[in-house]
Amino acid sequence: MAKNVKPRVRVPKKAAKGEVIEIKTLISHNMESGRRKGKDGKLIPRSIINKMDVTFNGKTVFTADWHPAISANPYMSFFAKVEESGEFAFKWTDDDGSVYEKTATITVA
Amino acid sequence: MRKNWKQITLLSAACAVCISVFATSAESADWGQYQVGDTRSGFTYMTDESRAMQVDSFQNPGMIWVEQGAELWAEENGKAGKSCASCHGDGAESMKGVAASYPVYDKEAGTLQSVETQINYCLEKRMEAKPYKWESTEMLSMTAFVNNQSLGMPVNVKIDGDAAPWYEKGKSFYYERRGQLDMACKHCHEDNPGGIIRANTLSQGQVNGFPTYRLKWQKVGSVHRRFRGCNSQVRADNFPYGADEYLALELYVKSRGMGLPIEAPAVRN
Repeated sequence: MAKNVKPRVRVPKKAAKGEVIEIKTLISHNMESGRRKGKDGKLIPRSIINKMDVTFNGKTVFTADWHPAISANPYMSFFAKVEESGEFAFKWTDDDGSVYEKTATITVA
Repeated sequence: MRKNWKQITLLSAACAVCISVFATSAESADWGQYQVGDTRSGFTYMTDESRAMQVDSFQNPGMIWVEQGAELWAEENGKAGKSCASCHGDGAESMKGVAASYPVYDKEAGTLQSVETQINYCLEKRMEAKPYKWESTEMLSMTAFVNNQSLGMPVNVKIDGDAAPWYEKGKSFYYERRGQLDMACKHCHEDNPGGIIRANTLSQGQVNGFPTYRLKWQKVGSVHRRFRGCNSQVRADNFPYGADEYLALELYVKSRGMGLPIEAPAVRN
């Protein structure tokens, strides 16, 4: 399992109904591509996060498949239109099956 | 033989033209605090995207190390049962200005101390713990945390008194040709900042942003890692991490950036 994996998200606490907000995410992960060789000349096995899913109140709002060319510590931001208060749930899936999760709530006035 | 030589001179003349073309492109911009007189931070040589990445503390991946450093700061370590916080209290307060003034000459230790050697000095002498390896995650996290507390403060290192011999030593290193390519620091960073070296833009080689998150490294790295990389690239034998040569060079190079803001952790490509 990859070490020191810590997800971070930034979602505005409040928004107006129908407002388009920017959501920022960053997860610390070394995203080993599987193409590099170690000091012993052998390939370092691939170990990356291959999927990211974001849901809002249970409904998918954003999803991305990640491949070996994604940098270490991937930063991803996207925009979403919010119509109601609720909870964003972020999920990253690792090659080894581990899942890293984080949630953030937003109040829509 | 003769023909080869001609080709080489032609090639280098062409290179010189390339460098001058690129060097004039972004001359007149106003860089605000990132420029003091003719001294320009590496920040000013980056692309807009990299700059945006650095100034947004959320987007800046170097902040991952700062956060880890903050955790280490409070963690007890060693036989003395102390953490950094036991003596220094709140790091966000007590470490203000450290990055701006280091490396400093330390009378007690009898040597020039960089932030790294100072951390290891504390670990060994005060905490009776095992020192960190120079380029380890622990050391990088701790230096990122400590240096980040001086964010925006102007570089102001002491180069007189006990530090003077170190300064002189660093200065002569800077102008000394070395390696198979027979190049000194000056040939890139004083004569050709803004030029292109292979696929990279040369900067003035300021060290106000270290430890720096380098996109190529995909992690933060120390000043000495940068020095070792430069030395290898001119095909010279590089010195070990923490060598006196590099400590002296660090002081000298930092003094070249007097007044530039501390940017740790900076983002560079």
